[in-house]
Amino acid sequence: MSKYTEDDLREELKTKEYEYGFYTDIQSETFPIGLNEDIVRAISKKKEEPEWMTEWRLESFKIWKEMIEPDWANVNYTKPDFQAISYYSAPNSKPKYDSLDEVDPELLATFEKLGISLDEQKKLAGVAMDVVVDSVSVATTFKKTLAEKGIVFMSISEAIKEHPELVKKYIGTVVPQKDNFYAALNSAVFSDGSFCYIPKGVKCPMELSTYFRINQAGTGQFERTLVIADEGSYVSYLEGCTAPSRDENQLHAAVVELIALDDAEIKYSTVQNWYPGNAEGKGGVYNFVTKRGLCEKNAKISWTQVETGSAVTWKYPSCILKGDNSVGEFYSIAVTNNYQQADTGTKMIHLGKNTKSTIISKGISAGKSQNSYRGLVQISSRAENARNFSQCDSLLMGNECGAHTFPYIEAKNKSAKIEHEATTSKIGEDQIFYCNQRGIDTEKAIALIVNGFSKEVLNKLPMEFAVEAQKLLEISLEGSVG
Amino acid sequence: MDLKDKIVSSYLAFEDHLDDNSPLHDIRNQAIKTFEEKGFPTKKEEAWKYTSLKSILNQDYSVFPKQENALEYRDVKKYFIHDIDSYKIVFVDGRYSSHLSQTTHDGIDVCLMSSALSKPKYRIVIENYFNKAATKDSLSSLNTAFAGEGAYIHIRKNKLVEKPIQILHFCSGNESALMLQPRNLIVVDENAHVQIIERHQSLTDNPVLTNSVTEIFANKRAIVDYYKVQNDRETASLIDNTFISQKQESHCSVHTFSFGGKLTRNNLNFFQKGERIDSTLKGVTIIGNKQHVDHNTLVHHIEPNCESHQDYKGIFGDNATGVFNGKVVVEKEAQKANAFQANNNILISDKASINTKPQLEIFADDVKCSHGCTIGQLDESAMFYMRSRGIPEKEAKALLMYAFSNNVLSSVKIPEIKQRITKIIANKLGVNIGFDL
Repeated sequence: MSKYTEDDLREELKTKEYEYGFYTDIQSETFPIGLNEDIVRAISKKKEEPEWMTEWRLESFKIWKEMIEPDWANVNYTKPDFQAISYYSAPNSKPKYDSLDEVDPELLATFEKLGISLDEQKKLAGVAMDVVVDSVSVATTFKKTLAEKGIVFMSISEAIKEHPELVKKYIGTVVPQKDNFYAALNSAVFSDGSFCYIPKGVKCPMELSTYFRINQAGTGQFERTLVIADEGSYVSYLEGCTAPSRDENQLHAAVVELIALDDAEIKYSTVQNWYPGNAEGKGGVYNFVTKRGLCEKNAKISWTQVETGSAVTWKYPSCILKGDNSVGEFYSIAVTNNYQQADTGTKMIHLGKNTKSTIISKGISAGKSQNSYRGLVQISSRAENARNFSQCDSLLMGNECGAHTFPYIEAKNKSAKIEHEATTSKIGEDQIFYCNQRGIDTEKAIALIVNGFSKEVLNKLPMEFAVEAQKLLEISLEGSVG
Repeated sequence: MDLKDKIVSSYLAFEDHLDDNSPLHDIRNQAIKTFEEKGFPTKKEEAWKYTSLKSILNQDYSVFPKQENALEYRDVKKYFIHDIDSYKIVFVDGRYSSHLSQTTHDGIDVCLMSSALSKPKYRIVIENYFNKAATKDSLSSLNTAFAGEGAYIHIRKNKLVEKPIQILHFCSGNESALMLQPRNLIVVDENAHVQIIERHQSLTDNPVLTNSVTEIFANKRAIVDYYKVQNDRETASLIDNTFISQKQESHCSVHTFSFGGKLTRNNLNFFQKGERIDSTLKGVTIIGNKQHVDHNTLVHHIEPNCESHQDYKGIFGDNATGVFNGKVVVEKEAQKANAFQANNNILISDKASINTKPQLEIFADDVKCSHGCTIGQLDESAMFYMRSRGIPEKEAKALLMYAFSNNVLSSVKIPEIKQRITKIIANKLGVNIGFDL
């Protein structure tokens, strides 16, 4: 392997097939394709939702009809035909499981293939999981432990039934229905998702996590996540996803809303590995996600993401720093390969006094992919002593890919301190030479360098997740990360 | 009738005086069509997101000044860099003022666009260069349609121009509102070297809008130093479109000093069409009141082994707004490119604001590209240091701000310009110190 060069790596990346591509045959109940008011009503009815929720969905649908698909992002793709998608698909039998033995064995096998077998997770990680397969939550673990603390962790459809007052109060407050095209679509047709409420002063004793997977052919997945951390509470929330290999483009338009009340802290980590399409750029998931968090006084929201999948990514996890002394953080690694396109970044809206935000973004592009960082740092005129630090680094492998940076910085207060820096480079020959000379072969050297390049972000992931993140980097840049 | 309609209809009148057989005629017709289609840019366009032209387009500008206006040298002397010998091309209300100017045809052509466009001996140059670098955006097209007067500078091979060339545009204020569209063409042949200073100055408080286009062609190993001094009245607005096309091993630098004007928009575009090119873009902006300065730069790296350096400093007081929109594009072929971009800003008032967007678009892997951008305040410990040594607050602040912009000044190659700029800065900051440190 001593002759392993960057070219070999590039070659390997090109030919590397998606490892997690498989399709589980679970009988699903799927709605007819297309979208109209009746479908929206039907989804709502199917989920036995109260009247106000149905109305809310219909209102969103009306708003969505008036909107046009945004095209400002630095990505090119065939626009999905929204009338050719089935908007609801649920695993057929949905008994409430008390133990894992009752779960469809085929489903369990799926998780094992993904390396996230439930019992293993239970034993090793102490992670309570709300597993989502095609939109309906089928298993929730550790619910009892959480219930003792007063923590509510369930699917959003259950929450609509069991805690309507909380859902009604907070849904759409951070990402309003009319926020953008995909958020409006999601508000109208969201199938399921997770709901989490941490009561006042409670530190959630374990990492909460959900896994999203797209399973049924031709169904877009419209997840809705709502996390509320009440005053003085703390929660770390993990979200990870892998999707089966498919030729047609699948649409994923999720909405995540985080609400951190006074002195609360939310840590939200994502590992995203939807199917990126094959080496010719055929297929792959369209990932158009709206994620946003609201920080009240002294609150903190921290987004960490590892983006390795999807054919097209359009995603800007943002923080609205409304309360004084609130803190927003964004740590991101985006890896693109073959024909993948990613336009991702963050928005930090400083409204309160003494607010602080940190942005660390690492982009790695290989093959013929395009990787863009797009970020906004906005300091409003009332945000005294706001502080921002942004760093965007890009690593290019080969001369057919592109790395782009579009930072928007708007300051309206004289006491603001903003620093932004960005660099673009390739793996230095001298760095590789240095490693080679000390007996580290080139493959390991590249691994070492890419690892080091991403370290700042990987370090921010919770322990359990860091392992999976490493794994995903491995798949995306096989042979480079050890 | 809004300004756009007025301009389009006055083009019809203007067209009557033109030579139908001239190759320029087609270019003009095409250009006015482009403008008619696109109109004035609005905030909906990404490149104009932070700058609205609304406030300056509501005037009833006259497009062609009615009378000739003469100025006395003693009245406008202070706007010249008068302590050095230089060639001068001076325009008053868009018309050439021969008694204020000093042109030449001795080995170099320092003369007028109007004569270059009409005289056959310039025809080849015009055909080869005119409108070849300018992009087809609406404002440049508008200028192209009406292009008639401006500076024409052609430096022949191996010629080192020993004195700088000053281009001055005065607005006499005899019209109640005036729109000017100067068009400059600068061609610098192989191994030639030239220094140019450009300034737009309004003499009264009548509103004036200048939509200027300058095309600069730097051939092999040419060296071009360009200085833009913008310290106009608060009723004057300037849209400056500069396009620089560089051939191999040429060095071009543009320094933009923006201290005044109601709205100033600098569209500065560099196209690197050869290897081992060096491009420098630097600017200092110090504004207050309700002024607005927008720097919109583009460096297009097309060939390998090229460098570009950008360094823009801004100090914004009162209700002023600053915009920096810098874009670096590195094409696939432009390997070993070295692109650097920095934008540092200080806000000294609660109502001032700054919007900055340093952009990188990179398609080549073996490159070194970086950009940095900061918004901050004056260093309190440095202030304390000076105050404790008896330097009054105002002066201490001024010293710090001068030091802040000094990076840009240090690369100015004409000492007289440096002195002049230093004086303007002191004036702007309201202090009476020479900064001759």
